[in-house]
Amino acid sequence: MMLKTTTAAIALAAMAGAADAKTEIQWWHAMGGELGQKLEEIVAGYNASQDEYTVIPTYKGSYPETMTAAIAAFRAGEQPAVVQVFEVGTGTMMAAKGAIYPVYQLMADMGEPFDPDAFLSAVVGYYTDTDGNMLSMPFNSSTPILYYNKDVFEKAGLDRETPPKTWGELEEFSNKIMESGAAPCGFTSGWISWVQTENFSAWHNQPIGTLENGFGGLGTELVFEKDEPLVRHWENLKKWQDSGLFQYGGPVGGNDAPPKFYSQECAMYMNSSASRAGVVANAKDFEVGYGMLPYYDDVEGAPQNTIIGGATLWVLQGRPAEEYKAVADFFSYLSSPEVQADWHQFSGYLPITQAAYDLGKSQGFYEKTPGADVSIKQITLNPPTENSKGLRFGNFVQIRDIMDEEFQALLSGSKTAAEALKSVDERGNQILREFQSANE
Amino acid sequence: MKRAIFGHKGLPWLLLAPQLAITLVFFIWPAGQALWQSFLRQDAFGIKTTFIGLKNYQALFADSYYLNSMKVTAIFSVSVALVSMVVALLLALALDRTLKSSKFYTTLLVWPYAVAPVVAGIMWWFIFNPTIGILPYLLDQIGYDWNHGLHSQDAMALVVIASSWKQISYNFLFFVAGLQAIPMSLREAAAIDGAGPVKRFFTITFPLLSPTTFFLMVINVVYTMFDTFGVIDATTAGGPSQSTMILVYKVYRDGQLGANLGSSGAQSVILMAIVVTLTIVQFRFIERRVQY
Amino acid sequence: MVEDRPFLNFLAHLVLVIGVLIVAFPVYIAVIASTHGPDDFLSGMIPLLPGDRGLDAYRAMLTTGLSTSGAPPLGGMMLNSLIMALGVAFGKIAISILSAFAIVYFRFPLRTLAFWMIFITLMLPVEVRIFPTYKVVADLGMLNSYPGLIVPLIASATATFLFRQVFLTIPDELVEAARIDGAGPMKFFRDILVPLSRTNMAALFVILFIYGWNQYLWPLLITTDSKYYTIVTGIKRMADVADSVPQWNYVMAAVVLAMLPPVIVVVGMQKLFVKGLVDAEK
Repeated sequence: MMLKTTTAAIALAAMAGAADAKTEIQWWHAMGGELGQKLEEIVAGYNASQDEYTVIPTYKGSYPETMTAAIAAFRAGEQPAVVQVFEVGTGTMMAAKGAIYPVYQLMADMGEPFDPDAFLSAVVGYYTDTDGNMLSMPFNSSTPILYYNKDVFEKAGLDRETPPKTWGELEEFSNKIMESGAAPCGFTSGWISWVQTENFSAWHNQPIGTLENGFGGLGTELVFEKDEPLVRHWENLKKWQDSGLFQYGGPVGGNDAPPKFYSQECAMYMNSSASRAGVVANAKDFEVGYGMLPYYDDVEGAPQNTIIGGATLWVLQGRPAEEYKAVADFFSYLSSPEVQADWHQFSGYLPITQAAYDLGKSQGFYEKTPGADVSIKQITLNPPTENSKGLRFGNFVQIRDIMDEEFQALLSGSKTAAEALKSVDERGNQILREFQSANE
Repeated sequence: MKRAIFGHKGLPWLLLAPQLAITLVFFIWPAGQALWQSFLRQDAFGIKTTFIGLKNYQALFADSYYLNSMKVTAIFSVSVALVSMVVALLLALALDRTLKSSKFYTTLLVWPYAVAPVVAGIMWWFIFNPTIGILPYLLDQIGYDWNHGLHSQDAMALVVIASSWKQISYNFLFFVAGLQAIPMSLREAAAIDGAGPVKRFFTITFPLLSPTTFFLMVINVVYTMFDTFGVIDATTAGGPSQSTMILVYKVYRDGQLGANLGSSGAQSVILMAIVVTLTIVQFRFIERRVQY
Repeated sequence: MVEDRPFLNFLAHLVLVIGVLIVAFPVYIAVIASTHGPDDFLSGMIPLLPGDRGLDAYRAMLTTGLSTSGAPPLGGMMLNSLIMALGVAFGKIAISILSAFAIVYFRFPLRTLAFWMIFITLMLPVEVRIFPTYKVVADLGMLNSYPGLIVPLIASATATFLFRQVFLTIPDELVEAARIDGAGPMKFFRDILVPLSRTNMAALFVILFIYGWNQYLWPLLITTDSKYYTIVTGIKRMADVADSVPQWNYVMAAVVLAMLPPVIVVVGMQKLFVKGLVDAEK
């Protein structure tokens, strides 16, 4: 794969030498590791497919780092044309009317054919304004799923083909696994904020903020503490952490979580469906199984549907006009069924368009690759309610930091679950008010 | 004071021009900007700006996490100064007894000075990695559950260790120089009076080292407050629950990741006030020392 | 030595050996890790004995780098670090010696003001005014450039004060003699001051080289183009990978490469280094 990229790059360099008039656009992204390699491959494919434009992808670190680097660059007048922003940055980006070039408008201005209805509604709903206009270009959307170690399940006397459906089962399975010595830990999780809090609430059809989780306006307020299943869940996580059944993987994305699963220390692991590429590459000595996220079966309305994560591509204002032509052309290429299906099948991200999903079906991909459609089924399990269509809070990056900090306070024993979540509300609302005053 | 002997009017300004220009453009102007910014509220992209007076400062001093950050900075600075100075003093005293091989040991002890703080941070982060790190493994063997991702004391210990490791060499060199400046006759006289090595240390060596010690204390505190940014960034990123969030790191976090330049500006101004105080302490002391 | 006590001597050596081991420990671990394959870090514990990959990781880092982690080949990043370190060291020495010369040997209006303006740089480390400085550099179009990496860091009160101290120890007779010979100020500077401060410059150079090489936050903020990444910032990018495990063997190889040049400078020029350190803090 590296070789292919390099060859393409050399070919490209040779062509660039021949025709100097090519327009270059910068694309800042946050895809490291296997996903980054694939992304570079896609870009090389685009650059080789035509000879007017060159896209230059630059890895800028984690999602928050990429977004903040782009904002800082915008203030300094050095912004890239395209930046990949994760879903929690949506509120901030949407409010920055003078800084962004909405995708629907870009495509119309550049005369590029563009059909918003071709995209999966579960995906684009998150990125659409109240008038139904698509503001950013979906690229990599995912949803958290459950990964489990089939071999450990079998060793513990469990059925290797049956992942736990409910949190009750998950606890029971974990106990069996630990008691039988098949693995020292039941489960771990990436993204406490995204997986165990935000998606947890959508999955149980509970709101975490007023005004339709912020879709209804900047006046939204957080209500984590009133989310009873969430309080119970955080309490359980604390209890399970203490007994070793759960192992915390760290703040933000939880960088310590994947190694715990790969090394077979923890038998189960919840993270983005897009972690599949990494899981498959790293789980060398065991077979991986896939399941939907567990739910508490006594909560009415659960399971509802999960929400997406991942990122979309935002176009920033203030670049020369010809660059926007290049962006529009590149976006059309990116959303073509072939590119999308390839990216989705490789990475585990959701197919963004119906056509890409259909292409995968006709290729027989989902029969050949067990678990690959768990994420699609989970996100479309039920028609979204106002609690499960997404989140739109300003400065949500900081609010997520607060969730991490309060979760750590919970695990270290200095706060109870209710206290920690109350504190998330109080501190988060301060940030929301700050955001409201800065943007109104 | 030296008699200034050349009488040119223009030449001295020409000679000073590069330094003054850089100071004006990259120091004084940005510092003024930070001050101005601290009275403003802006959205992340800098499109809408409102003047809000002292509200950013009020918010900071009402924020328990900011006050906590001050406390964390104080604990961190003093811990690093103490740990690295005690270790360095011990090594310097030992070196003082081994005249023959002292150069050899010095070489082996001073090089960490050259290691970048962030690189030092990455190495210690690796050693303390919860999954594969060697120290958590060893600690586990003796029944201690090390988890710097969760326990604030562990996190603080980690950043103190990583920062002190880098600072030992510096303190060591100054203590060695300080010890060499103590006249041998003083210690010999005490030895003849029958004072043992421990007593000699506390009655003669340590008091005579006190100027060096005080000087190093100030330098170490300044080092810990500003130069350990890389260590924090590579190890704990200020966590868990902001238990290692030092002031400099918070300026960066709130300004960069939080995109709240108003608050970040106010924090910069407060930091500047702290540095000015420290510099004056340091400068007065150094002036006095020069007169010795 | 005051008295000869074999036990105390033994204790002294023991303390020193333990000190040397503690100081060397993290680097030993890093070197060992860099000789292993990536699979050796998946489970269990960090390896403590050399692996079987020899210098493979170094070869890979120097030739191809890890583009997906934002790390171009290390050779280029090390070159950037070198340019930055040399630029900062030479720049600081050049502007400081000139301004010290002006302050010590000239009497002119607003001399005290000039002195205080230089002194103020001592009070404003780049970290505390980081975002406004970034803005200034951006406005000047100096993001992603060598001048942007170097120039904002070269104003230094410490170096100016150091040269001032040195000049103050130069006997007035020399100046008088020069004046009687009819030498102008620049000739005096070139023929007398510069040669007399040569060792101080060399000592200062060692310290400033390390300072420049080890810069982290500043290059991190102002370089968005991988052509200008310095090695110290590059390593951090490599160690931070989302949804995946850091490739420890590569990261540690980069760590070793990043610290090698400044460590060689310190060890190779130990005498100058010690002098520089002690001088600079006077």
